[in-house]
Amino acid sequence: MKKEIKVTPIKNGTVIDHLPAGTALRVLSFLKLKNNPITIAMNVGSKKQGKKDIIFIEDKFLGDKEFAKIALIGKGATMNIIKNHEVKSKGIIEIQDYAEAIIKCINPNCITNAEKMKTKFIIKDRPLKATCYYCQKTMDEREIVESIK
Amino acid sequence: MEKMPAAKKQKILMGRVVASLFFEPSTRTRLSFEAAIQNLGGRVIGFSDSSTTSAKKGETLSDSIRMVSRYADIIVMRHPLEGSARMAAEISQKPIINGGDGANQHPTQTLLDLYTIKKKFGKIDGLSIGMLGDLKYGRTVHSLAYALAKFEGVKLYLIAPEQLKMPKEIIEDVKKNLKIEETSNLEKFLPKMDVLYATRIQKERFPDSMEYEKVKNVYILKEEILKITKKNFQIMHPLPRVNEISDGLDKTSAALYFEQAANGIPVREALLSMLIGKKKKVEM
Ligand SMILES: [Zn+2]
Repeated sequence: MKKEIKVTPIKNGTVIDHLPAGTALRVLSFLKLKNNPITIAMNVGSKKQGKKDIIFIEDKFLGDKEFAKIALIGKGATMNIIKNHEVKSKGIIEIQDYAEAIIKCINPNCITNAEKMKTKFIIKDRPLKATCYYCQKTMDEREIVESIK
Repeated sequence: MEKMPAAKKQKILMGRVVASLFFEPSTRTRLSFEAAIQNLGGRVIGFSDSSTTSAKKGETLSDSIRMVSRYADIIVMRHPLEGSARMAAEISQKPIINGGDGANQHPTQTLLDLYTIKKKFGKIDGLSIGMLGDLKYGRTVHSLAYALAKFEGVKLYLIAPEQLKMPKEIIEDVKKNLKIEETSNLEKFLPKMDVLYATRIQKERFPDSMEYEKVKNVYILKEEILKITKKNFQIMHPLPRVNEISDGLDKTSAALYFEQAANGIPVREALLSMLIGKKKKVEM
């Protein structure tokens, strides 16, 4: 039996695994990390997905808002919390049906782009779509990915 | 509401203040609301053009609403940004009536459209309704399509030039509950319709003015159409019209558009009465 190698180059932190290939940099762009050491593996062979991206972030434990953002890009990605080189918990990132303050509305005439207020979107999956609760504009997957704050 | 004696009506909003906040001008909608408020005995405060208000001085909409909701019992607003009324409703302690939020919704227009059809035909279920002209950008026809989908067995004929067809997303949303036929051929379906809802085709919608010239005269309604229409056939239009409906039709029994505009008042009266909570059931 072939044993899968568990790569944990970090001591404490988060591993985001099974991201769709090519999405790691976009995910990093909205995680707003400060000086945390980061390792990225892109286009890694995966039995499940063909190819995938992985992100290792040292000394960082992500919150619900960050999970929600990652879910919009990489549904089915997994989140591993590492403590002392050991996987402490592991979970699949699921798409929520409601997104608050994580996407910007692409409609330039939307009230959310004029006032200081939280955006709200109703999310539908397969295909991924987000409808603005205020202006009712519906965004497709590409538009959503570009609009994550 | 239309049958209620004027003296009785005057008591509904007596001693009440209704704010009429028009951040973007719309004479027709504003006058109709203000007439309704006065018919109900209420007082109106507000403005008809945001260039004269603090909004121009940089006050946010949320601050304006917070302030006004302290001294008005109901707020009627029209605003150029989409979703503005919904945001205002979240902030305000008092009811908000959306008098139009940008290209998004204009719900009181839809209510008066439905009321006009109901009053004329005694029902909405089962009617065949045509929509003509600019179905791509026309907010009134979008809202009306959604509203008609709430009724039973309505048949919808969508007649528009290729460039101005009803957006696919809207058709997807309503097709479960409406039987829909799309065509650019008006004559073909005219004999089947109970109502034809005409809209204005705006020149600005065409990137190429040649394209506009090609379509602009195709959808003008003239008296001759009445030779092939049903006996009780009716024409509606949100007004103002430019040349979509020829004057010759105005005096015929098919002209419903002036009555439709007039229905804006009882519909808005009913809405205001409902919101002030003086009557449990509102009859229009
Ligand atoms: Zn929006």
